Amino acid sequence: MENDNILSVKNLEVKFNLRGQVLTAIRGISLDLYKGESLAIVGESGSGKSVFTKTFMGMLDQNGSVTAGEILYKGMDLAKFKSEKEWLRIRGKEIAMVFQDPMTSLNPLKPVGKQIQEALEMHQRLKGKAARKRTIEILNDVGIPLPEMRYKQYPHEFSGGMRQRAVIATAIACRPNILICDEPTTALDVTIQAQIIELLRGLQKKYDLTIVYITHDLGVVAKVAERIAVMYAGDIIEIGTCNEIFYHAQHPYTWALLSSLPQLGVKGELLYSIKGTPPNLFKEIKGDAFAPRNPKALNIDFLIRPPYFQVSPTHFAKTWLLDPRAPRIDPPGTIKRLQDKWKEIKPNA
Amino acid sequence: MPEQTREKLLEVRDLHVVFGKGKKRFEAIKGVSFDIYQGETFGLVGESGSGKTTIGRTIIRINEATSGEIIYRGKRISGKLDKATDREIVRKIQMIFQDPMSSLNERAKVDYIVSEGLYNLKNFASEEERQRRVRKAMLDVGLPPEFATRFPHEFSGGQRQRIGVARVLVMQPELIIADEPISALDVSIRAQVLNLLSELQKDYGLTYLFIAHDLSIMRFITDRLAVIHKGIIVELAETEKLFRHPLHPYTKALLSAIPQPDPLTEKDKTAMVYDPSRHNYESSAPKWLEMEEGHFVLANEEESLVYRKELN
Repeated sequence: MENDNILSVKNLEVKFNLRGQVLTAIRGISLDLYKGESLAIVGESGSGKSVFTKTFMGMLDQNGSVTAGEILYKGMDLAKFKSEKEWLRIRGKEIAMVFQDPMTSLNPLKPVGKQIQEALEMHQRLKGKAARKRTIEILNDVGIPLPEMRYKQYPHEFSGGMRQRAVIATAIACRPNILICDEPTTALDVTIQAQIIELLRGLQKKYDLTIVYITHDLGVVAKVAERIAVMYAGDIIEIGTCNEIFYHAQHPYTWALLSSLPQLGVKGELLYSIKGTPPNLFKEIKGDAFAPRNPKALNIDFLIRPPYFQVSPTHFAKTWLLDPRAPRIDPPGTIKRLQDKWKEIKPNA
Repeated sequence: MPEQTREKLLEVRDLHVVFGKGKKRFEAIKGVSFDIYQGETFGLVGESGSGKTTIGRTIIRINEATSGEIIYRGKRISGKLDKATDREIVRKIQMIFQDPMSSLNERAKVDYIVSEGLYNLKNFASEEERQRRVRKAMLDVGLPPEFATRFPHEFSGGQRQRIGVARVLVMQPELIIADEPISALDVSIRAQVLNLLSELQKDYGLTYLFIAHDLSIMRFITDRLAVIHKGIIVELAETEKLFRHPLHPYTKALLSAIPQPDPLTEKDKTAMVYDPSRHNYESSAPKWLEMEEGHFVLANEEESLVYRKELN
């Protein structure tokens, strides 16, 4: 894979002002997004995965702002953008988003075709018949049968899966370079979930898209992602290729996340569950944010925030366990089973 | 499940549920029959609109059965009931709902939410007894009893679902219907709630009817599983049997769609699509057939021969 950066985030920090209190939602993230890749960001709710990607499109809520760091895209620093006018050049055209719930992201009072056409007319200077023709092409591209008839229908006449296809159609209408999919399949049934994932993979090839998936479903991630970033308390604590994260995870939080999957559970035994609650982001976090919930945390985990340790050229993790001075701590049983596979993939590692 | 404990707790016999009238008539459940045994976890799985929730709601009598019977411990509980049976059933069959955000009264304190069922049935002797039972239910679900004075919005999603479980437990039920109890929750919290439910089952000998669309969770938690498609059960078997030898094409399609947390197998897997027109049911009507012990499938003559071959 060629590592052409399409977007580069450097030391990003996002703060929210809530009733006089300051919440640090993103605590210094650096990330390079490669052209044409699919990256999955996983984490619990409240870990900041949505907030992080919203900063790429200037969609933070009123009380939130980027307080430090850069977001470099095509020679521009998106973190410095102030006015809506600047953002309109990026939003939809360069970077587009597919939201979780197709019920709420379409306008119920407008025919679906008109909503897609609107985006085309606004950004691509297509008018009238030409715009209509292109809209029908896009509907066809996202696998909506009978696009000419569907063009005139309202969202309530669409099933959940079809509605999500329509939302994807609006997102890709202006040929964006980067597509951010925020939990694109969570609200859908398993069978439809599989179809939507197939569709996104097909579109990625056809339109040469860079896709960022935001999800907490590790099963979906295994299917779509080339790289995975694991977020916890406003930071990416581990990042690597899909295989590296599933079969060779290093951070105790990634272990915990994988272990709690029911697919890996043994019937009759209790599932692994993470104790405690995520840290309070109103307070300053000392050391490794996951330490208070990690029964095997080291002393240093409570004192100093770990830097990235390099595991391989593509794999980095923020945990003191990778320091040469750290004691050897074995991952839990379920993880061991996954790591046995790693030995099969990389026999000499 | 050992044979000697297989006492039928709930029987559903040829259940039909119809909504609307005339032109708007919609048959949500088209003749469903199954048994739930004492102490087991029975799963109902299907896509949205398949009628799985309607079945749960009909058992607990939120929806009315149009025809067919629901029998609880040998006693009919569908249709008109006398007062005593009605009270008994309200207490013994309880339901946990999907969304802990919308299923708890926002304006009531946890203390009231948990004891609402007790107030309704007035089956506590004194205020002290009520408080004792609320306290016990809260401890059982792993919430500090001091939280009783708080409001639902002060809790996280996982804690809120625990409140949903506590208000069910306080009634000392025998059968709990759990309708997608964890699909609105985060991965890590899912594990906590699943563990809680299976611990409570052990402690109190509870029977569960578990309704969900997520098969990976069903495999982990249920003993027997029924697959429902458009208001009809198409396959029913012990969970492991069903996962190992799925027979009905719809079951196969569902199973193939479960995402596995294993990139090596997942990357080149293609999901099967179920096309109901593949059945040749006009010329030969399907029947409910037992293919191996405890493994039932809806099939016509021709299909049953194919399925039998697949099993051997």
